[in-house]
Amino acid sequence: MKVATSALFGAIFGIGLLISGMLDPANVLGFLDLAGDWNPQLAFVMGGAIAVALPAFQLARKRQQTLAGEPLQLPRRTGLDGRLIGGAAIFGLGWGLAGLCPGPALVAVGFAGPPAYVFAGAMALGTLIARWALKASAAAKSED
Amino acid sequence: MHPFLQSLIGGALIGVASAGLLLVNGRIAGISGILGNAATLRPGLWRWAFLAGLIGVGVAAGLLGRTAPQALAEADFRLLAVAGLLVGIGTQIGSGCTSGHGVSGLSNLSLRSLAATATFMAVAAATVFFTHHLARAWEP
Repeated sequence: MKVATSALFGAIFGIGLLISGMLDPANVLGFLDLAGDWNPQLAFVMGGAIAVALPAFQLARKRQQTLAGEPLQLPRRTGLDGRLIGGAAIFGLGWGLAGLCPGPALVAVGFAGPPAYVFAGAMALGTLIARWALKASAAAKSED
Repeated sequence: MHPFLQSLIGGALIGVASAGLLLVNGRIAGISGILGNAATLRPGLWRWAFLAGLIGVGVAAGLLGRTAPQALAEADFRLLAVAGLLVGIGTQIGSGCTSGHGVSGLSNLSLRSLAATATFMAVAAATVFFTHHLARAWEP
């Protein structure tokens, strides 16, 4: 059941991305190019998404459980740290270079051919490298 | 349809999927987190199902005749590889991307997600300023 609903929400997410214009790096880079011919389109994507998701998150926080009464798996970390900001900065650099973030890159794998394979393949490799490094550094810390 | 309206509708669908995954499955629809946990084989078939739905939509779009946007089809492979690597590393270290921090995190009124979103937006905009304006100005 959880698997079926996840697949459904993944598909809805993908359809949303396809419709939104996020899959075209020209739109993304046009949004990020504040000094050029600024294209505000992506503000509408985030605005539309948050307009729907915000009430859902407030409802979930109030209930502290899913609609079926099961526990929520929300991030527990609070407070800002260098890891959060540094990671976001590295992501921003990659996003600004290619105009693709993880969701659109994965949808593009389905139809955009070799450029999408190169980007998504490198992204998956970077994901594994970072996960391995984070695990190694956590293990080193716990040994101290 | 006006592109702004189309983006608003597409965004609303992203919101529906994020709201649905939270209220029905109790999970955050953060693509980089789902990818990272699936890739390191953390138990949870739901992650693979979500990714299959996401990529499946792309496959269906391809069968319906959708092709790569020009900016992606003409992109330099070395640039795509470097950018992809940075996106993969950065999202895992920073615990999220445009979806996890930018949509779900902001909707959850998380200060961490607000700081992360402000940071990746600012760095991405600075990167585009460099590649589209400064670097071009230096070209002979």
